[in-house]
Amino acid sequence: MTQLQARGVVRAYGPTPALRGVTLDVAEGEIVAVTGPSGCGKSTLLHCLSGILRPDAGEVTWGGHRIDTWSEAARSRLRRTEFGVLFQFGQLVAELTAAENVALPLLLAGTGRREARTAALTWLERFGVIEVADVRPGEMSGGQQQRCATARALVTEPRVLFADEPTGALDTLTGEQVLTQLVRLAREQRTTVVLVTHEPRIAAYADREIVLRDGLVDHTGLGLDVPLAGGAR
Amino acid sequence: MAAVSTPHVLLGLLAGGSRHGYELKRAHDERLPRARPLAFGQVYATLGRLERDGLVAAAGQDRVAGPDRTAYALTDQGRDTLDQWLTTVEPPMPYVASTLFAKVVVALLVADVDRARSYLIAQRAAHAARLRELTAVKADTAATLSDVVAADFAIAHLDADLRWLQTTLGRVADWHREVHP
Repeated sequence: MTQLQARGVVRAYGPTPALRGVTLDVAEGEIVAVTGPSGCGKSTLLHCLSGILRPDAGEVTWGGHRIDTWSEAARSRLRRTEFGVLFQFGQLVAELTAAENVALPLLLAGTGRREARTAALTWLERFGVIEVADVRPGEMSGGQQQRCATARALVTEPRVLFADEPTGALDTLTGEQVLTQLVRLAREQRTTVVLVTHEPRIAAYADREIVLRDGLVDHTGLGLDVPLAGGAR
Repeated sequence: MAAVSTPHVLLGLLAGGSRHGYELKRAHDERLPRARPLAFGQVYATLGRLERDGLVAAAGQDRVAGPDRTAYALTDQGRDTLDQWLTTVEPPMPYVASTLFAKVVVALLVADVDRARSYLIAQRAAHAARLRELTAVKADTAATLSDVVAADFAIAHLDADLRWLQTTLGRVADWHREVHP
């Protein structure tokens, strides 16, 4: 069943177009990779789908509700309750310990402190970083930070996880361990995942690849500025 | 890439103690899970050559519900040969010897840009599909580390091919102009 939909989504930054009419469907529980070369609009699309950005034109629907017309506050609430968002750099709060960071989305959603901490510890355990539960981000390795950030993105058991180059700052093995665990847990919980990456081997974890080129879905699946026959580039 | 040296692999599998041909075949297929399975005929033919060269020797026979089975053991000379192989670094390939590359060159020589591009697009799709299959093998909770390490090796090579296919697609029109000025 279609859970997330974009219809003719357009978004520009000043005079520079980033998305020029993207249409796509993502089914519930599906893991989709959005790929394409630098500057093709991958991150902007993720921001529009997750309600961080509002498209200039077009529609974004989630579970049949058109969310692009919602207020900033309503979209923010949606991200806290139904969506999880994960970036290349974990964006952990420097002053908080790992457990406090992971518990934060639950506390914001009104969960009690003790319950939130218990859940945070469970998720840190699942990502193999329970030993840094009471450590602040500055004292953790990059891999530990990204594991904590991933645990934080999943602690609310979101319906959709949006991940933008989540392993981009990690070495191959660490990145793979984080991603394998993320995909495994997402499948167990039937969480839909929209994964932005420019790496073919990361995209291979997804059920399906959507390639963008110059702000549009590229149906040749190449994401390259391939010239037409005989045409000059 | 150089072909797997079956004689050396068999010597390695005998390093831990004597084995029958059947046991060697099973150990080979288990330890090199993503390599081409060894045919029995190949095992016995290779053992014959290794014995002739003095690298292995027959180490007794037994019979379990069937014909006599000869166990083979590594000789001192065989152990030296194995040690030497293990300490020799494989030469990084100094030339491109892949069919993938040859086919694109030939397509460009005998046909037009579209033909070369169609081939690259189809090949990219096939590589991406295989990459996904191998990734699924690795992500399976039942995967052993042997499976993972073997899949890693294949994935790294496919990934390199994919990057090349992608870059070449971007260059193919200019390349064609260079080949057919």
